[in-house]
Order: sequence, then structure tokens, then C-alpha cells
Amino acid sequence: MHAIEVSGLRKAYGNLEAVRGVDFEIEEGEVFGLLGPNGAGKTTTVEILEGYRKRDAGEVRVLGHDPERPGPDFRERIGVVLQQSQLWPNLTVRETHAIFAGYYRAPRNVDEVIALVGLVDKANARVKSLSGGQKRRLDLGIALVGDPDLVFLDEPTTGFDPQARRAAWEMIRSLRSLGKTVLLTTHYLDEAEQLADRVAVLREGQIVRVGTPAELTTTDLQTEIRYRQDGEEVLVRTDEPTRVLADLASAAVARGEELEGLQVRRPSLEDVYLALTAEEQEAEAEVEA
Amino acid sequence: MSAEAIRVGVRRPARRLFVHQLRSEQLVFWRSREAAFFIFLFPLLLYVLLGSVYSGKIYGVPAPEALLAGLIGYGCANTAFAGLAIQLVIRRESGILKRLRSTPLPPATYVGSLLVSTLIVFALQAAALFLLGRALYGTPFPSDAGSFAAAVVIGAAVFAALGTATASVIRSAEGSSAVVNFILLPTAFLTGSFGPTRHYPAFLRAIGDVLPLRYFINLVNAVYLRGHGFWTQPQALAVLAAWGVAGLVFTVFRFQWEPRER
Ligand SMILES: Nc1ncnc2c1ncn2[C@@H]1O[C@H](COP(=O)(O)OP(=O)(O)O)[C@@H](O)[C@H]1O
Ligand SMILES: [Mg+2]
Repeated sequence: MHAIEVSGLRKAYGNLEAVRGVDFEIEEGEVFGLLGPNGAGKTTTVEILEGYRKRDAGEVRVLGHDPERPGPDFRERIGVVLQQSQLWPNLTVRETHAIFAGYYRAPRNVDEVIALVGLVDKANARVKSLSGGQKRRLDLGIALVGDPDLVFLDEPTTGFDPQARRAAWEMIRSLRSLGKTVLLTTHYLDEAEQLADRVAVLREGQIVRVGTPAELTTTDLQTEIRYRQDGEEVLVRTDEPTRVLADLASAAVARGEELEGLQVRRPSLEDVYLALTAEEQEAEAEVEA
Repeated sequence: MSAEAIRVGVRRPARRLFVHQLRSEQLVFWRSREAAFFIFLFPLLLYVLLGSVYSGKIYGVPAPEALLAGLIGYGCANTAFAGLAIQLVIRRESGILKRLRSTPLPPATYVGSLLVSTLIVFALQAAALFLLGRALYGTPFPSDAGSFAAAVVIGAAVFAALGTATASVIRSAEGSSAVVNFILLPTAFLTGSFGPTRHYPAFLRAIGDVLPLRYFINLVNAVYLRGHGFWTQPQALAVLAAWGVAGLVFTVFRFQWEPRER
């Protein structure tokens, strides 16, 4: 069974169409990344699935529930990390976990969860004394304390320094080993690549590509071959880099010349992402279409 | 499953959840120094202050007793109206309310335990005011404790309804304390919380005469100073009920769980 099924999802705020027909499915136990720049509609999509916002159109099933009319066990089974939220500043990390644990029928052991998110040293510290990264780990801890089957993480590492991000990645990987289904949003490409089994690239409320990180790089973007000839920079874009390179090389050899500054570049996931999310590209595509 | 088992199975977690949330609310309240000071201690300090200013009789009763009744009125509005409104705005704008919505905690349990928690704080405050009055000025305890308790619950409920309604119209956490005190302090002066109003100009007294705090203080005066049952004050009860219902209706239509500011 799918943990999440979304089809034809739409949501507008006044005239602004934030989500314009989104379809995807997430398997149980899968880590699914929703990748896109700011304003792409990630939070809107996720908060519709969490039951915070009402959709305008489309079908949504989350753990078999319609989040707009969830059955009693829906909130027992989901864990939520919001893009932005604070907790009670004067309570300690352990007290905060214990309060949330009390809301669930079968919570996890509070100290185990605190250890899982790496806050053992801070268990008795007040929330207001935590760093940004530690607060985010607390958000993750209280999302896990109810032992959910499905965890929503809306930009869990935005604003982290590289070290804190690595640590957060480790934690999110450990969710997979716990068998949780995870829906993660991010605008960091490397994060999606590192963590997600599959990635959907969202742009202006539409999914422009879905696949494994490896599949996303096999794309229609062409390989770039660069070299200098007579002091001029030459750039060739091609789908057949082997043949083009062979031709160029044999011609150069025949002339007794060197292909100066020769570079062959396969598109990276970054290039694909930029191409998929860049607005000029869309403008061009629309002119062609 | 028998009907009995179903009832127990449903009811017991609900009560457990309520008690859990009530304890959490109490922990959150008392852990915050500002709340404990401005909401709980401030009326007690004012009582000491005013008690040293006024002497003799006010409205024919010893000044410390009349002031005690007035400060119970102020304490009620300060705790259930101002304190609750400020706490709710802060929780809404900081995203705590939103975060709680995605847990299995039912909204009614949340709101119910917050109201009972507020009532507990105010009841403790009223008890502290009586103890303080007894210790400093030899004021008596209420002769009809049942009626006094009823007045406390009625007042807390009415001002809590007005507090939640006010929270619904305040947009930012930073401004919440200013807005709420801008309403509360003039109200307290106009309704005689801090001393007699008979020397005020007529129009100010007329304003005071429509405010709910005036009627709550009337109720407390009747029960505490004159030893009447709370049910002997139909006018005060009717006006308080009207304000309470208005606050409740407004809250039901305008209350929000999610931050207003984006
Ligand atoms: N509550 C709202 N009211 C009005 N506009 C909104 C609201 N939430 C989001 N938007 C707009 O919808 C678009 C998508 O926003 P969002 O879903 O937050 O994107 P993302 O999470 O990908 O950054 C943005 O243009 C944003 O300004
Ligand atoms: Mg977002």
C-alpha cells in the first residue's frame, strides 16, 4: 500500500495558484524528497497532506485517510516538523518531549528519543538556551516521540551550518532504518540527493520531474565539450559526446594540433535542477511549444 | 466489547489526557517568571500598596475589605482576560498552537484545560489575597464560601471568554501586552478596582457602568462585603452573562490556531 497518494492536487491563495495539479505517490518506508526553490509550493503541498490547509481540487490519501476529514488514528500515526515553529521557551528539552509523549496512545520512551536526536547533553536545558540546530532537533524529537509511521519534515535543515546539516542528515537516515515513511522538503539539491530514495522537483506549483536521484541526471540535458581554437572558446553541446569527441580529436590530429583546454562535462544533478527550476527555461519552452 | 468496556475505553484516556494537559499548562505557567509576576503577584502587590494609601471606610465598609473586593475583580480580569489573551497570542504567533493541532490532543481538551488552568491560577490568587488581607489588615474570609467560589468561577469564565475573543483580534505577539493593558488598566480604574469612583466625572462613571468588571465587582461586593448569596444579584449575573456570551460567540467565529503574521 502507498503511504501517500496525491492526484490532481490544486490550491490557490486568491489569484495566486500555489499548487497547480500535482500527482505523486509515496511507498511505505520510502524517503521522498520534494525539492524546489522558495515559493514553489512545497509547504502548501505538505500542509495539505498534514491536514492544516484545505485543497481546492484533487484526491489526497495519507495513510488511507483524507486529511481534511481524518479518522481518529490519523494524528496518532503522523509526526510533523513544521517549516517554522517554536516551543515553550522556559521548559526543558525533556519536559517538552514528555508533554508531547503524553498526547499519544503508545509513545516512545522519552530518553530514547532524546538520545536519537542527539540532545542527551541538553535534556535538562531550557528550550530558550538551545542553538538553532538544537531547536530543530527538538522539533524532530517531538515529531518522533509518538512513534509515527509517517514523518513530514518541512525544510528540516534550512539555516544550518554544514556540520549541523551533516548531523541532521544522519538522523534522517536513521529514520529510514526505523522503517518510517518520510516526506522531506528542501531547496538544497545535495540534501535531496543524500537522503531521498526518490525526488520530485517542484516548480511554480507543478512537478517537473520525479525519479531517483540517479534517474534525474539521466536527462535530455546535453553533454558540454569545450576547447580553444585559434584563441577562441568553442562550446559544443551534444547527445553523442563519444562520436563528436572522436571527430574533433581525429580532425585535430590530422591538422597536427592539440585541442587546447579540452573539457568534457556531463550535466550534474545541479545543472538539471537549475534547468528545471529556472524561469528563462520555462519562457523558452513556452515560445517553442 | 461490552458497552461498559467501550465507555471506559473512551472515557479514561480522555480524562488522562485532560489531566496531562492541565499539568502541562500549570508547568508552563509557573515556569515563566514574567507570567508568575505580572499575572499572579502583581494584584497582591497592588493590594499592599493601596491598602497603605486608603484608610477608614469606603462605601461604609473598612477600606481594606472594599479594596480586597476590588482587587479580586482586577485580579480576575488580569488573570483570565489579560493573561490568557497575551498567552494565547504568543502561542499562536510562535506556532505552538499550530504544532499542537497535528497531535492527537483534541482542541476541546486543549481549550478546556487552558481554561481550568487559568481558573486555578486565579483561585490561588484570590486565596492569597484573602490571606494577605487577614495577615496585614485583619480582613475576614467570605462568610458564604460556596457563593464566593461560584462568583470566582463565573468571573473567570466571563473574562476568559473575553480574553480569547481579544486574542483573536490581536495580530502580533509584540503588541499583545500593550493592547491588553490599554483595555485593562482604564477599565480597572473606571470600575473601582483600585479605589472608590464616586469623585469621578459622571461620564467616566457612565462608561464604567457598562463594563463587565463593574458587575463582577458588584457581585463580589454583594457576596463578600454583604454576605449575600451570588444568586441574589440578577442584574450583575445578566450583564456578565451577556458579555461572556458575546466573547464566546466572537471567539467561536474568529479564533485561529495558526500565526497571523506571515
Ligand atoms: N497562507 C498563504 N496565503 C497567501 N499566499 C500564500 C500562503 N502560503 C503560501 N503562499 C504563497 O504560495 C506560494 C507557495 O508557497 P509555499 O507553499 O510556502 O512554497 P515553498 O514552501 O515551496 O516555499 C508562494 O508564492 C507563497 O507566497
Ligand atoms: Mg516552504
